[in-house]
Amino acid sequence: MREIRYYEALIEAMAEEMRLDENVFLMGEDIGLFGGTFRATEGLMAEFGGRRVRDTPIAEAGIVGLALGAALAGLRPVPELMTMNFAMVAMDQIINHVAKMTYMFGGQCKIPITIRAPGGGGTQKAAQHSHSIESWFVNAPGIRVVIPSTPYDAKGLLKSSIRSDDPVLFIEHEMLYSIQGPVPEGEYLIPLGEADVKRRGSDLTIVAWSKMVHEALRAAERLAEEGIEAEVIDPRSLDPFDWDAVYTSVARTRRCVVVEEGWRTVGVGAEIAARVQEHLFHELDAPVQRVAAADVPLPYARNLEQAALPGADDIVRAALKITT
Amino acid sequence: MITPTAKIAMYRQMLLIRRLEERVAEMYGEQQIGGFTHLYIGQEAVAVGAISALNHDDYVIGTYRDHGHFLARGGDPNKFMAELFGRDTGSCRGKGGSMHLADVEHYFYGGTGIVGGSMPIASGLALACSYRGDDRIVMSFFGDGATNQGVWHEALNFAKLWNLPVIFVCENNFYGIGTGVRLSSALTEVHKKASGYGMPGYEVNGMDVLEVRRQCDEVVKMVRAGSGPALIEARCYRYQGHSMTDPGRYRARAEEELWRKRDPIPRLAKTLVAERVVDEERLRALEQEVERICDEAVEFAASSPEPPLSALYDHVFSERHPSDPHA
Ligand SMILES: Cc1ncc(C[n+]2csc(CCOP(=O)(O)OP(=O)(O)O)c2C)c(N)n1
Ligand SMILES: [Mg+2]
Repeated sequence: MREIRYYEALIEAMAEEMRLDENVFLMGEDIGLFGGTFRATEGLMAEFGGRRVRDTPIAEAGIVGLALGAALAGLRPVPELMTMNFAMVAMDQIINHVAKMTYMFGGQCKIPITIRAPGGGGTQKAAQHSHSIESWFVNAPGIRVVIPSTPYDAKGLLKSSIRSDDPVLFIEHEMLYSIQGPVPEGEYLIPLGEADVKRRGSDLTIVAWSKMVHEALRAAERLAEEGIEAEVIDPRSLDPFDWDAVYTSVARTRRCVVVEEGWRTVGVGAEIAARVQEHLFHELDAPVQRVAAADVPLPYARNLEQAALPGADDIVRAALKITT
Repeated sequence: MITPTAKIAMYRQMLLIRRLEERVAEMYGEQQIGGFTHLYIGQEAVAVGAISALNHDDYVIGTYRDHGHFLARGGDPNKFMAELFGRDTGSCRGKGGSMHLADVEHYFYGGTGIVGGSMPIASGLALACSYRGDDRIVMSFFGDGATNQGVWHEALNFAKLWNLPVIFVCENNFYGIGTGVRLSSALTEVHKKASGYGMPGYEVNGMDVLEVRRQCDEVVKMVRAGSGPALIEARCYRYQGHSMTDPGRYRARAEEELWRKRDPIPRLAKTLVAERVVDEERLRALEQEVERICDEAVEFAASSPEPPLSALYDHVFSERHPSDPHA
């Protein structure tokens, strides 16, 4: 199978959906002429023009709010936020309006918006450009949260997100844009809410998403050298969440480590750990372990940043704690 | 030219809003209605004059002070009252209440409780009109207080930048809760804020429905023809408190009395009688008709069932996934 990069997979997904549906359009800062700060919209303005690939002012609440209005009127906007951190400027529009309006209005409207934004640290961008805040959005009902780890998943999930009649926050990762992976030619879709087993194993289950999937796979290789076979489950979307996949795996392995790049306290990992023990208390051979970012604003200095972010070493350590 | 028929329709609509709002206050007192409820009494001429200048498929969006706009847009008084009562037959199945009325069938999108929150959504509705190249337009209602919010400015900038067909209608009632415009706005003449975005701004007497209508007819025509956005400041006054719990200590009695003399409803009645469009008997008949509608609305709401508890998890999304919480 051919291999393409994560950002190229995203471009293909958007281009295909735009060719299929005239109502799909993109808007965001520097997505058109500039091609996207992470190249994720490169070439799209050349193909679709400024009507469908719209450069916007630097006004995140406005970007999301306009997308919402356009969605209420029947279009399928795909707004981009330059990074997840800037979603904080648009929080009122995302949570109070996008996520609540269908419910508040008793189901009178659909809101088919896909908000794309990259999160994640690891490139010394310090405290206001690097955080993984997916847990905030998983906490709020009314918006789907999709977070792919590979080019294959990125393409199939973005296409499904755009076709969904519900709002989707589609979280990419700055350090994944350039990774390569197999992506078939032509069209395919991945339904939201279906986990993918990224590695089979029988001794413990590691649940991880986005860049942490790659850290988990590295950790699994190292554990294998010590005779421990880890299963790596990538939920791919955090809302909806494929609980069955996690429960089935943990029921078999009897041990679970949850990994996330976001802050540890009240993170998504806390929810997963809670549900796993609610459902599988008697099947568990050890307490569920959480690996997550240190509860600090991300520091700039390389050594401190690395110390704050979770990685393969931390995962190995957590796994060994419950397997030996 | 506003036809006699149109004038009577506007009179009837204003009267209906006024009388229904009086019922709302009464029902709030009886604890049939709860939460935050913001009455529109005093400002009826703005929603009625402005919305009557639109086509049936133009988009309208407003704020939590949305009763008048819902009704002026053609919303069903029964569904209105039932929503306020929190009943299953309400316009939003009892999920929205007073602040979140919506009536998508009539292209009315509510209904946000966040001051300024509707502004970019209005520009977005207009973006859809422009994107499709249809000749629909958007009318966006908000208060004077909203004009100091960040998104207000973002929305106007976007609208002008992209030449979007949207009319921003500021209902300047001179107060945001208890804080006067002078204490909150560097520029108290709201229509002048339009110049910051290179769009035309107009000031109208929001207590005169015919003046509102004439100005809106003109602006609607312009905007529909592709002129880009415009801002209208309608100066008006709310006769009641900000919401149902308002001690009302921040306004001078003399000021309130002055504005009560400008009541838009008797004012139009006087004009209609003077122009011989209606006689006193016709006015009485209209009053009776409106009373009947109010009686029926209260009756309908009171006799409607509450939403079933199984509805709790409905409409969080439009497509349910097995992992979603459900009853
Ligand atoms: C973002 C936000 N801040 C504060 C409030 C509380 N609040 C509700 S209405 C209101 C006053 C708004 O005044 P204005 O825009 O003039 O509208 P009016 O109530 O006069 O119609 C305030 C401060 C709110 N609902 N939303
Ligand atoms: Mg006000």
